[in-house]
Order: sequence, then C-alpha cells, then structure tokens
Amino acid sequence: MEQIVFNGLVLSATYAVIALGITLIFSVMNILNFAHGQMFMVGGFICYYIYGQFHLPFALALVAATVGVGIIGVIFEVFFFRRVRKTATREENSMLLAVGTALLLENIALFAFGEKQRGVPDVLDGVLRIGDAFVPEDRLLVLGLSAALIAALLLFVQYTRTGRAMRALAQDREATLLMGVDVERISAIGFGIGAGLAGLAGALLVTLSGVNAGIGIAITTKAFIMIMIGGAGVVAGSLLGAVVLGFAEAIGYAVLPGSVTYLVIFLGLVVFLIVRPQGIMGKPWG
Amino acid sequence: MGLALAKLRRNGVMAAGLLASLAILCGTGMAYADNVLKIGVLGVMSGPDAAWGLVSKYSAEATAAMYNEQGGVDIGGQKYKIEIDAVDDQEDPKLAVTGAQRLILQDGVKYLIGPNVDSTIVSVQPIAEKYNVMMFSYSFTRSLFSPPHHNTVLGIIPGYQTGPVVFKYLHDKQDLKSVSFIVLNSAEALKQRDESVAAATKAGLQVISSQDTYEAGSTDFFPVVSKVVGGNPGLIVLSGVSPADTPKLIKTARQLGYKGLLEAETAQDINIITQGAGDAAEGFISLGGASTPEIQSDYMTSFIDHYKKIAGEWNDEAGTKAYALEMILKTIQKAGPAAITDTELFKKTIPDFSAPNPFLKGNETLHYVGEDYFQQKRQIGLPMVINTIADGAFKTLFIGTVQ
Repeated sequence: MEQIVFNGLVLSATYAVIALGITLIFSVMNILNFAHGQMFMVGGFICYYIYGQFHLPFALALVAATVGVGIIGVIFEVFFFRRVRKTATREENSMLLAVGTALLLENIALFAFGEKQRGVPDVLDGVLRIGDAFVPEDRLLVLGLSAALIAALLLFVQYTRTGRAMRALAQDREATLLMGVDVERISAIGFGIGAGLAGLAGALLVTLSGVNAGIGIAITTKAFIMIMIGGAGVVAGSLLGAVVLGFAEAIGYAVLPGSVTYLVIFLGLVVFLIVRPQGIMGKPWG
Repeated sequence: MGLALAKLRRNGVMAAGLLASLAILCGTGMAYADNVLKIGVLGVMSGPDAAWGLVSKYSAEATAAMYNEQGGVDIGGQKYKIEIDAVDDQEDPKLAVTGAQRLILQDGVKYLIGPNVDSTIVSVQPIAEKYNVMMFSYSFTRSLFSPPHHNTVLGIIPGYQTGPVVFKYLHDKQDLKSVSFIVLNSAEALKQRDESVAAATKAGLQVISSQDTYEAGSTDFFPVVSKVVGGNPGLIVLSGVSPADTPKLIKTARQLGYKGLLEAETAQDINIITQGAGDAAEGFISLGGASTPEIQSDYMTSFIDHYKKIAGEWNDEAGTKAYALEMILKTIQKAGPAAITDTELFKKTIPDFSAPNPFLKGNETLHYVGEDYFQQKRQIGLPMVINTIADGAFKTLFIGTVQ
C-alpha cells in the first residue's frame, strides 16, 4: 500500500509539472501546444548534455533546460504564433501550426541527437525504506523539486504583476488590452514560461526515465488527458488532473493486469467527458 | 527574313546539339544504371521506435559502403554498385504501403529490408508478393513467414526461439526455477510474450506472472515493476521491449530490491543500457549479434567502423541487422545475375544456400533456417549470440543456433 501511495505521489508531481506548462500556454493564448512533449524532450536532451556528458552540476542543467526551452517557446510565439493569430480567421490554424512545430522539433532532435535513448548518471543513488515501500532518493528528489516548483509557479501567477496580467489575459483578452496591458509581451512571457516548464520537466525526468527524440508524442498525450480531466486552461484543474492520472496509473498497475489499466483510464475519461465535457474545474470564464 | 532563317538555323543546331547531349547523357545514365543494384530499406525511422528502422538503414548503408569501396558487389563476374533507397514508414501501415509502392513501382527495387513491425509488414506483404519482391523483415509473427508467403524472410531471432534456449541454459547452469514477464502493451509484444510463456512452461519453469504490461512512452516504471518484483521470480523477462525502455526497467527492478536475473528477448545496445541503468545493469542478459570483441572478425570490425562513420556512433542492435544485406548479396551471387531482377531464382537458391559467415571468427557458415517454425526456410540463420553485461560491457555468455 505504501508503495502504491509513493508511486502515485511521484507520478502526480511529475505529471503536474508537465500539465502546468501546457495549461499556462492554453490559458494565456488559447493555443493547444501540441509541441509540449517535444519541448519536454528538448529539455531532457539539454540536461543530458550538460549534466550527463559535460559533467556540470545538475542544478545548472535544470536552469539551462528551463531557459533554453523557454527561449524556444518565446521564439515560437513571436515569430510563428503571433503572426498566425493576427492573420488567421480560424483557431484550427494555430493548432495546425502547433502540430508543425512539434514535428519540426522532433525531426531536428532526431537529426541532432540521433535515434538512441539517452540517460544520465544518478543524481542520488540511495534507496530508502519507508514502511513496505522502496523509496529511491532520486525519485524523492524529483518529487521534492516538482512540489517546490509547483508552489513557486502558483505564487508567481497569484501574486506578481506579470502573473496577474497572465490571469487577466486568460479571462478576457480584449478587456486586458483595454486596461493597458502589453498583451503581446505577456503572451510571449506566458508561452516562454509554459515552454520552460516543459523543458524543466524533461530535465527532471531524464534522471528517472532518460530521453529519446521520439518521446514527445506520449508526453503530449498524457498532458492532454490531464487537462481534459481537470479542465483546460485552469491551473488548479491541471494539478487535479495530474493527481487523478498519477494515482489512477499507480493503483491500476498494482491491482489490474497492466494492459487493462489504460483501457480503464480511457473508458473512464470518455464517460467522464460525456457527463462533464469541460473537465472537473472547467474554464473560469466558460 | 534572312535574320529569321539564320536564327532558326542556329536554334536548330542548338536543338540538335541539345538532343545529342541528352542522348549521350541518357546513354551514360543507362550504362551506369545497368551496374547498380538498388536495395530498399523501409521501416520506422522517426518517433519513439526510430532506432529500429534507422539501425536497419545504417547497417545497409555500412555494408553497401564496404562493397562499393571495392568497386561494388561481384555478381557473375560483373561489379554492381549498391545503392540504398530508404523510406521512413513512421510505423504507419498506410505510409508503409505508400513507401513500398514508391520503392517497388517507381524505383524498381526487388529486394527490400524491413519493415519492422507486424502491422507494416502485413500491409506491405501483398504488394511485395504481387510484384515478386523479397522482403527481409523484422517481426515475430510466424504466419508472416509461412506459406503461402514465400517472399518474406525473417531477419532476427524472435523470443520464441531464444526463450527455450536461454531458459534451458539458466535452468541447467544457474538452477533457475521461476520466471515473470514484463511486456510492452502492443499486439506484437504480447504475442511474443505468449510464445515465451509457453517456452518457459515447456522448460519446466514456474511462471509466476505474465500479465504485467506497460504503455509505450511510459516515464515511470515503478508501478508495473513493483508488482512483478513482489512475486520474487528467479528471472524477469522483458518481452518485446523497446531498447529505450530496457535501462529504465532494469534500474527500477534493482531499486525495488530485486536480486534475481533480468533478460531481454530482443537485441540491445550496451551504451543505452549502461547510461540509463549504470551498475544496475550488471548481469543483464540479452540477445546480441556479432559485436562482442571476443567473437567478431576483422570484417565485423570494419563494418562497425563504417557504421560509426555513417551513424555517428555504434549501436549493438546493428550486430544482428548487419546480416540482412550481406545475405541478400551473397544469395544473389549464388543465384547469378538474373536474380537481380528475378527473385524466383533467389527463392530457388535459398534452400541449399551456404556461405562463410564473414562477421564471426572461425569457420561459421551462413544459411537460411526456419523450417521448424515456418514450414520453409525463411529466416536468416543468425548465430544466437547470448550476451551478458559484466564490468559495463557485453560479454558473450554462449552462442546457440536456430534450427
């Protein structure tokens, strides 16, 4: 039982970091970032090279992954999404562009980093026993860092001027513009932070699961499941979605035959969306 | 008028010159084309399983480069340059069909390496059979290589062939008594698992669990491995797992306190495993090719060097995939030049084909096998090299054979 709880906690925390980034981008810009998993992958590779290959401190790798992928996000927003948002009359254009950026990142990564799975040395290599549970220290580190990061982001969004502007933008773009907020700057910052979170999640998880150029699709799929459960565009909802998915996986794998776990999760998701299509928390303005 | 005539005449001369040049170019092109043997590679070269198709492609390119450096492959006293024509099917049956049509109908390929999985092989097989193209594919389902499918050759050793040999070895040498399975949740891997479970039971092992699967793209294996480790089996078999997942599964099992044996039924890469699992990988057992130093020939060393130049780094998976193009070329050499376009001759050569294995030290031979499994010889007779990891490197545990 303790093992299931610990597994659920680690899964929930790491999923939450992934879901927060995609939620931030969706809430600020109303764009489903299909490239989120690929940004996660790029963050993983940055960590792999800085920490795994150049043997620089892990903390530096985390910062580099966050900043590096954040900059990619800002570039995407300024040069691609901003222009499409201005000229396109349909929302699907932004979505298609997002799919395009996903393919772009994946193919560049395949070309630059190769097809192989990459891993890094353990940051911490001990294993603790808590009750009946095996608790590796590296997973405990990921759990702690994820929790701290989530708390920091919530504080940032809640209490800083930029965070308030982002929330205002999420609620009503026109009204925010009329209030004198530099909407384009906030959009770029929002996209940058969302992308940076994806990069940071990739860098954190490379210590547990490694990284390869094709990992992005699976990550994006899970991110979408979480925001569908919690409610697209709602930060608290994405956290809830992450906890639901994390514990559903942990409990499912423990009590069900493996192949049934995701079948049950998807069936549950379909039934849930029929009953509550906007997710548990929905859009605050929806 | 005179000016116009002069212009016309000049244009006529230019046109004639152009036509003559074209004719020369075409002639040269045709002469060159006569000496080219085009080999298609169709497989997944992007996405999470990109390694499968890319290793096939790089292996074919490495072999082609080695022959081409010698002026080409000698078939019936004439040298043929080998040209590799690769298409990424993205593991999508629709794209595999489109890719196969391009390779076969547009590019005139008669020999194809790939695809990599059941779904893409099934989709391409009718086209290959219709146009009598030989496919050297990498999947596990027996029916794909059994009559009435005479054009598809299996290029690897599946788990249902390694399983009985490895189980018997571990049972006899290390007193193995029980086994559990962890499987990628895909149709192909599940089928492979079923065959391996049967082999384990036949070998007298107690199967503690075989229903534990994980999803492709999983980032955390603790939930699924916790359950398997809880059964405390003597051996955990990683059935049908992607090389990307292997180190994570090994590391997780060891972190959960598992002390028993771990084995993968598919070829793995040492760098991927040691990078991802570190010391936890010691003692891990997997299928390999001819890439361990103690068994590789000079030819294999050269192949590895060529592979590194093309791919940037070596991948141990290529130790098994090195064989496909080599077998195609050696069989065509035996069948004669007509087999370049007539694969019926190639098929007729298969049953009695035998040639020295260039990749291994000693006097090992290459031939086709598989009658026991497919009712016909439609499998490359790869040496069943079983490796284990010791001091961070693959060491050959033993070499078995597929009958």
